[in-house]
Amino acid sequence: MTDLRLEGLTYRYPAGSVMALREVDLAIGSGQRVAIIGQNGSGKSTLVRHLNGLLRPTSGRVRHDGEDVAHRTVAQLARSVGLVFQDPERQIFSGSVAAEVEFGPRNLGLRGAALQDAVSEALARVGLEAARRTNPYDLGQSGRKLLTLASVLAMRTPVLVLDEPTTGQDRRGTEIVRRVVATASAEGRTVIAISHDMEFVASTFDRVVVLGEGRVVLDGTPAEVFAEGAWEMLRATNLEPPLPALIGARLGVGATPTIEALVGALRA
Amino acid sequence: MLALEHVSYRYAGAPRPSLHEIDVALADGEVLGVVGASGAGKTTLCLVASGLAPRTVGGSLSGRLLLDAGDVAGWPIHRLAGTVAIAFANPATQLSGVTGTVYEEVAFGPMNLGLPRDEIIERCASALEQLAIADLADRHPARLSGGQQQLVALAGMLAMRPRHLVLDEPTAQLDPAGTALVAAALSRLVAGGASILLTEHKTDLLARLCSRVAVLDGGRVAFEGPAVVVLSDPRLAELGVTPPAADRLRQAASEADLAAATLQRVDEALAG
Repeated sequence: MTDLRLEGLTYRYPAGSVMALREVDLAIGSGQRVAIIGQNGSGKSTLVRHLNGLLRPTSGRVRHDGEDVAHRTVAQLARSVGLVFQDPERQIFSGSVAAEVEFGPRNLGLRGAALQDAVSEALARVGLEAARRTNPYDLGQSGRKLLTLASVLAMRTPVLVLDEPTTGQDRRGTEIVRRVVATASAEGRTVIAISHDMEFVASTFDRVVVLGEGRVVLDGTPAEVFAEGAWEMLRATNLEPPLPALIGARLGVGATPTIEALVGALRA
Repeated sequence: MLALEHVSYRYAGAPRPSLHEIDVALADGEVLGVVGASGAGKTTLCLVASGLAPRTVGGSLSGRLLLDAGDVAGWPIHRLAGTVAIAFANPATQLSGVTGTVYEEVAFGPMNLGLPRDEIIERCASALEQLAIADLADRHPARLSGGQQQLVALAGMLAMRPRHLVLDEPTAQLDPAGTALVAAALSRLVAGGASILLTEHKTDLLARLCSRVAVLDGGRVAFEGPAVVVLSDPRLAELGVTPPAADRLRQAASEADLAAATLQRVDEALAG
C-alpha cells in the first residue's frame, strides 16, 4: 500500500530554462488506476520520474504514505514504485529475456523458487513465456516493450508506472497491456500510465489527469474529462476527445468516452 | 515511383526469411499504408524499401528495389539517401547523437549532402516551421520529450527533401496535434509527387492519409487494396490489426440490436 502525494512540485531541468512542472499538487490513493495525458512536452514523463526518485523536485515535495521521500534513494523507492520507460532501449541490458526479468526481483533479494515464480508469472502476464532464452534484441520493438513491462511486473511493487505502454503495440499487444493493468489493479496495486491513446485511456482507467505546460489542467473520471464542457480545455492543450465521445455528443446522448458506453447509451 | 519486385529478405544468421516474395509498387504521389501484427515484417519491409537492408543491415535479398524505375543495387549511398528517406519508429535511433541543438540536428543531413549554406538555412527553417518546433531550435535533442524527439527526427528527414519516403510508425509518440502536423507535412510531399510507404498501428491515420493499404502476415502480403476497402475488411482483426475507430464503432452498433433509424443516425454522425 502506497499513497502518493505531490505537493507544489516544481521541476526545472538543470541545463535549461525550461520549467517542466509548475506547482503540481496531486494525490493518488492506493489502488487507483490513473491515466496521465497531455501534449508532447507537457511534463508527463518528468512527473512520473519523481515518483521513484529518478528526478528530485526543484521545489515542492513528493510523499509516499505521508513521508517526504527526499532522502530516500532510488533503490529504496524502487521497492514501492516500478517504472517502465517509454523507450525500451533505455531499459534493457541483459542477454536473455529471463535474465532481464530476473534482474529486478534478484536485487530485491528474491532467490530460488521465489525468484523463478516471480519471473514466470511476469512473463506469463505479457505472453513471453516461450521466449525465456531469446535475446531481447531478437524480439522486435513491441516484444521489447512487453519485456520491459515484465521486468518491472516481476518486482511486484505496490505502484506500477507505465510510460506510453501501448506505443507500437498491435491489437494483441494492446490487449495484453490492458489485461496487465486490470490484473495489477485487481491485486490492489496502483497503476499510473502515460498515454496518447485516448481510447485506451477511456476504457482502461478510472481517473484521467490532464497536464498542460507543466500544470494539472483537468482531473476527473474519463466521463468528466472527455465531457463536452471540457473539450475546449482539452483542445487548448492539443488533445482530442476519443471518437465515441464526439459521436455521442453529435447524437445527443452525451460525450460517451468508449464505444461500449456509446452503444449502451443508444440502446437505452 | 517506389517499387519492390518479388522481394524476399533474410537477416544475417536468421534461420528463415522475414519477407517472402513481396510485390508492391507506389506511383508518384501515392501513399501506401502497411499494417500487420507485431512480427509480420513491417519494420523489415521499411528497411528494405529504403535500401538500408541489405546494404547497411546485412542479410540477403532477392528481388529488386526500384526508385524512379532505376534498380538501386548499384547506386552509391549518397544517391540513395538523396532519393529515399527513412524515419525509424524510435527517434532515439534516428537522432545523430553528435549535435548539441535541435537546429544543428535538423541541419545535419543537408550539411552532409554538401548543400550551400543559404539552402541549408532555408531548409531548416521550413522543416522546423512545418512541424511547429521552431521554439525548440536551441534545445539539446537529448533533453526533449519522446514526442518532441520524434518531431525533430522527422524535421531532419523533411530537411533532406527526399524524393520518396519510408516511415515506420512516424507518429507513435505524438499527441493528436503533432500527428496532424505530420499528416499535413506528408500531404504536402505527396502533392509534390513523393511516394510514401507508411507503417502504422493507428489505422485511423491510415484511413486519412493512404490511397491504398497492404496487410502483412508472416512476411507476406496477405491482401492489398484501396484504403477504404482494406481498413473495413473483417479479416483485419484476425491478422492482429485494430480496425479504425469508426469501423469498430459501426460494427459494435450493428451487433447491438439497435433500431434501424438509430443505426442510420450513427452512420450520419460518423460521416458528418
